[in-house]
Amino acid sequence: MKSNFKLMQGNEACVEGALYAGMRFYSGYPITPSTELMEISAVKLPLLGGKFLQMEDEIAGIAAAIGASLTGFKAMTGTSGPGFSLKQENIGYAAITEVPLVIVNIQRGGPSTGLPTSPAQGDVMQAKWGTHGDHPVIALCPSSVREMFELTVRAFNLAEKYRTPVILLADEIVGHMREKIVVPEAGELEVINRNEPAPRQSNYLPYSVADGAYVPEIASFGTGYRFHVTGLMHDETGFPSNSSENAEKLLDRLMNKIKMNEDDILDFEEYMTEDAEIVILGYGGTARSVKSAVKTLRKEGIKAGMFRPKTIWPSPEKRIKELSEQAKAIIVAELNLGQYVLEVERIVKDSCKLGFIGKANGEVLMPDEIAAKAKEVL
Amino acid sequence: MASALIEKYMRTDKFPHMWCPGCGHGIIMRSIVDAIDRLGWEKDNVCVVSGIGCSSRAPGYMDFNTLHTTHGRALAFATGIKLANPDLHVVVVSGDGDSSAIGGNHLIHAARRNIDITTIVFNNNIYGMTGGQYSPTTPTNYFGSTAPYGNIDRCFDIAELAGAAGATYTARSTIYHVPQMTNYIEKALRKKGFSLVEAISICPTSFGRRNKLGDAVDMIKWIRDSAVPVSKASTMSSDEMVGKFTIGELKNTEAPEYTQQYDRLIERLREEDDA
Repeated sequence: MKSNFKLMQGNEACVEGALYAGMRFYSGYPITPSTELMEISAVKLPLLGGKFLQMEDEIAGIAAAIGASLTGFKAMTGTSGPGFSLKQENIGYAAITEVPLVIVNIQRGGPSTGLPTSPAQGDVMQAKWGTHGDHPVIALCPSSVREMFELTVRAFNLAEKYRTPVILLADEIVGHMREKIVVPEAGELEVINRNEPAPRQSNYLPYSVADGAYVPEIASFGTGYRFHVTGLMHDETGFPSNSSENAEKLLDRLMNKIKMNEDDILDFEEYMTEDAEIVILGYGGTARSVKSAVKTLRKEGIKAGMFRPKTIWPSPEKRIKELSEQAKAIIVAELNLGQYVLEVERIVKDSCKLGFIGKANGEVLMPDEIAAKAKEVL
Repeated sequence: MASALIEKYMRTDKFPHMWCPGCGHGIIMRSIVDAIDRLGWEKDNVCVVSGIGCSSRAPGYMDFNTLHTTHGRALAFATGIKLANPDLHVVVVSGDGDSSAIGGNHLIHAARRNIDITTIVFNNNIYGMTGGQYSPTTPTNYFGSTAPYGNIDRCFDIAELAGAAGATYTARSTIYHVPQMTNYIEKALRKKGFSLVEAISICPTSFGRRNKLGDAVDMIKWIRDSAVPVSKASTMSSDEMVGKFTIGELKNTEAPEYTQQYDRLIERLREEDDA
């Protein structure tokens, strides 16, 4: 059996994963530390007959990707902190128009221009609440180079399956890390394509679902369907509607298409949680320090475990609640001054003690800092 | 003819349209479908994209692939559509604010790339939908809800701006000069490259009322009397041109088109790979 070992950077693995998933369109604007996403896409896409476009700004980067997706291409845009802020309005547009799209955010230190080359996890709440109005969010957090590959494939699969923008919320640690990975063979990972209506189906309604279903079929521009797409509240024909009843119906469906499919969407990793008295929750690059801290604590006879959400939005609420009922304490470790800890606090309530360790000075959280915090909370 | 165009190209079940009485935008919308009809394009192969504002509602009434995007961003969405599927005829309809204020950057860069998109600017010199605030094309000293003492800004010449940025076809006409306007739109649609037609429209509800320009008929007369053909304008002094604007073809040149250049790049890479 042929082994496909490669030394690969996280950002490179993201593009390779995207191509594996079938990405054939990338448009964006250069920004550190996500720039390699563009540079590698610029090399690879035309070789595959795909299209790469360096747009005039971040907003145009996501707009062009949405346009391309509407013609049937699997499309991606990538950015970092400030660029993610600029893309927010069009993330909302993709959510209400139900256009499949992957948005990669290689997080850096903020606010504003902040620390361009330093790691952070400061966009966790922006990923959830960055655009206006209510809409569901799927955001995935990879912790290794191999996982950058896998979760990028998964991001495309979820985007196509649920007709929604999906955020790959990585950080500079994983984006710039180089690791040896085994590149998956074709067919090894599942690749999902969007559900298109049968050709020339009469009476196509772009936002209509059968009873009990949540995701409408999506036609591509140029395939014989002349439908209308608008960021305004619309009915199942796709045309604007100001009716409150209709708005409620559309928003309910948008929220439910994620909520009711959480079993399919949610993904997390647990390490030594079976008998854990203290659970340390970490995600992305930070989880690597958390795992190391757990090992140290175990050596010292402290029953520690790690919980790592891979889908940070929606949050694995049920499992976090169970762990809080089993453990004496949960500690959240993240590279910000307290963001996901608020979500965990909401879930845990008074079930157990809750601790927090965070940092936003551009340095990473070290295993011994996390271990020390765990002992302090216990 | 008009009723035939309506039947063939309009989503009549979406009428009545939402534009105010006297608005000039329907005339431009008619000219667009008239030009498309002359070209004989299949409706399935036409994609009409808009941003936000009064003009942006036109695609909802037009029976093509239609996309109503975010404010100012129509050209950025359209660029993705056109590059992904160069077989589609992509038309952008935009207002004066949409194309030259919030979307000004996308306009100059779409022109620079010379991507095969035709932009029709519905220029009524005002932000109509939000209630009459001044736009980048509101003439100096005219009034808007945010220019209560008269506008002190200088205004953009959108067609000249696009031409200077690299568009290969630009023209300006008005809702008074309908056959000419339709003719320019047809030529713009035929042009393999970035083309822009600035269609001067009227907004009696906001611009006309605030500036005491009378009703729709008075405003159309005002447009007729202010429009000077480019050939005639070249013989007039700058003093004589105060309060006037030029109409006509402003630029018609040839340059490599972006999606064709991209296809050539893919072709070149394939050949190198085979070699």
